[in-house]
Amino acid sequence: MTLPTGLSRRELLMKLGIFFNSIVAVILTVPVVRYLLSPITRGRRDGYESWVPLGNLDQFPSGETRLATYRNPVVNSWDGDTASIACWVRNVDGASFQVFAINCAHLGCPVRWFPQSSLFMCPCHGGAYYQDGSRASGPPERGLFEYHYKIDGGKLFIQAGEMPTPGQASNIVRGIQPCV
Amino acid sequence: MRLISSIGEWLDERLQLASTIRETAEHAVPRKTASWFYVFGSAAFAVFMLQIVTGILLALIYVPSAGQAWSSLQALNHNVALGWYIRALHGWGSDFMVAIVLIHMVQVFLFGAYKYPRELTWIVGVFLLLVTLGMAFTGQVLRFDQDAYWGLGIGASIASRVPVIGPLVVNLMLGGPIIAGATLSRFFALHVFVIPGLLIAFVGVHLLMVVKLGINEWPMPGRLVRKATYIKEYHELTKTDGLPFVPGAIWKDLFFSALILFSLALCAYHFGPFGPSGPPDPTIIQTAPRPDFFFLWLYAVLSYLPASMETPALLIGPVVGILALLLLPFLSGEGEKSWRRRPLAVLTVLLAVVALATFTHLAQHTPWSPVMDAWSGIPIPNQFLKNRTALERQGALVFQVKQCHNCHSLANEGGKRGPALDSVALRLTQDQLIRQVIQGGGNMPAYGKNLSPAETTALVAFLESLHPSGQPPARDASRTIALSAKTGGAASSSP
Repeated sequence: MTLPTGLSRRELLMKLGIFFNSIVAVILTVPVVRYLLSPITRGRRDGYESWVPLGNLDQFPSGETRLATYRNPVVNSWDGDTASIACWVRNVDGASFQVFAINCAHLGCPVRWFPQSSLFMCPCHGGAYYQDGSRASGPPERGLFEYHYKIDGGKLFIQAGEMPTPGQASNIVRGIQPCV
Repeated sequence: MRLISSIGEWLDERLQLASTIRETAEHAVPRKTASWFYVFGSAAFAVFMLQIVTGILLALIYVPSAGQAWSSLQALNHNVALGWYIRALHGWGSDFMVAIVLIHMVQVFLFGAYKYPRELTWIVGVFLLLVTLGMAFTGQVLRFDQDAYWGLGIGASIASRVPVIGPLVVNLMLGGPIIAGATLSRFFALHVFVIPGLLIAFVGVHLLMVVKLGINEWPMPGRLVRKATYIKEYHELTKTDGLPFVPGAIWKDLFFSALILFSLALCAYHFGPFGPSGPPDPTIIQTAPRPDFFFLWLYAVLSYLPASMETPALLIGPVVGILALLLLPFLSGEGEKSWRRRPLAVLTVLLAVVALATFTHLAQHTPWSPVMDAWSGIPIPNQFLKNRTALERQGALVFQVKQCHNCHSLANEGGKRGPALDSVALRLTQDQLIRQVIQGGGNMPAYGKNLSPAETTALVAFLESLHPSGQPPARDASRTIALSAKTGGAASSSP
């Protein structure tokens, strides 16, 4: 049987079949894409960052830079040790602080503090930073990443929750200028 | 015997495969291609088969959980009978596979096998190289130790440099805001399901094309590829001077694959498994992360690129490189195949080999990294302390305490980040030394805020003593003249 349009019954049924499958494909794809994008959509909705305590103020003597660790605010039971994050706390003058991310601003390796020469040095590609986090030498394009901090009830809190990377604008807190 | 053949006949009546298999096995190949140069593809395939088997064996024990992966590797190494050997086979298999795939690619390139009509075979081969490297990288992540953890950090830092969507790419790659459980799980899915699926599919297409189009004939200088005539010429060649693939050519493939698998087994037995290094605890920062062998060159490149070049090079470089490989058969799809008549091709390969080998070698020594414990662990050699004044020895102490030794070597011991200082006094005058120490520059931090005037004086006195006996230290001639003019006579050059 051929319809007036010239379309045969079989061709029409095949096209309808393809049409139904396209609809089902969309119905199935949307939730799959939403599922795959959950690391982005979740972070954009609630934000990953929140205030976490680093400890009592007396753990950070004036004029010194000490290593502190905290549990990441977003955590799963199977994360193990990876949810424990380290950072460097500098007590500038007893009243003001600087809290630096452990990650080098070049490619994220853990920087180490050398109090004798007042430098942070990176073991990967040799980046070095001064005690205030500004770039001293090596491949980094900028100073160390710095967390926002607040003091509440004798405790030091920082706003943390996301691994700082060079592309993140939110981590350029103090606007440390690269050394030129 | 009769039973076996009757079972075979029963099966073939239903499968209808025997004639296809026989045709494929006995298809004629040009006599000269039954050569020891044509064995790398089949060897890569053999190692891939071994990787599948050892991978499944490891998955029987391995736990893809950030909290437990590391201890399950320890159990494999120490508690499970021969677990260490299966790990070693899989790890060495990875290195062997990347190496053989690269050698295969070089051979195909130099023999002009990517030219008409085998362009698509080459393109699928490029994808095979990429997924093989993808397997190597994701496999390194599954060995969830310190190197894997900080390696992921490096990957995330590179991904974050993509304009605009960089931070989103990082979240997608890590499966969340930080490197944690979700990160390992998604790399497990990639390494065990997604990339192997692609690899098997690409290998299938690659092999199908090799069989359908026939293996590349031995390139003869002066025998040019022309689209109009090539297919006819090739069929004539296989007809007049060909021999069946089985058994005419395959015995060399079999010998070489056996040799490769045996060497692999020997390496695995002798050198053992890779790691795992320390546990993936990011609060343990006494670590110097290092990628696996085939990514070392990249590690070296990342430390030598100037800061301004880094992001463009990281983001555009791979795209350009892959595009060049993909476009190669379209840019030179016809013409000369023999490497004897293609000097540019030979030079390209040589340049790539020398560059990769140099960067890999450098990455094994990391001269750009400070030696973190040189200041406390490597003493100043005696010859630099003997017969020195008290001030100079005080300066040597400052040199150690202020960690100068981490970046500067003396008698070849210590850091290589900055220049060796054995004879620095020949190069820099006293004023220049003071300026360099206080203001830094030329990739050296400034120590002005960190050194008291007394420490600076002592340090510079020590540095001034660093010159071979018999060669006087550098002096500023104009300064001598200026000083002598001021005092009107014989003034010494030292203040």
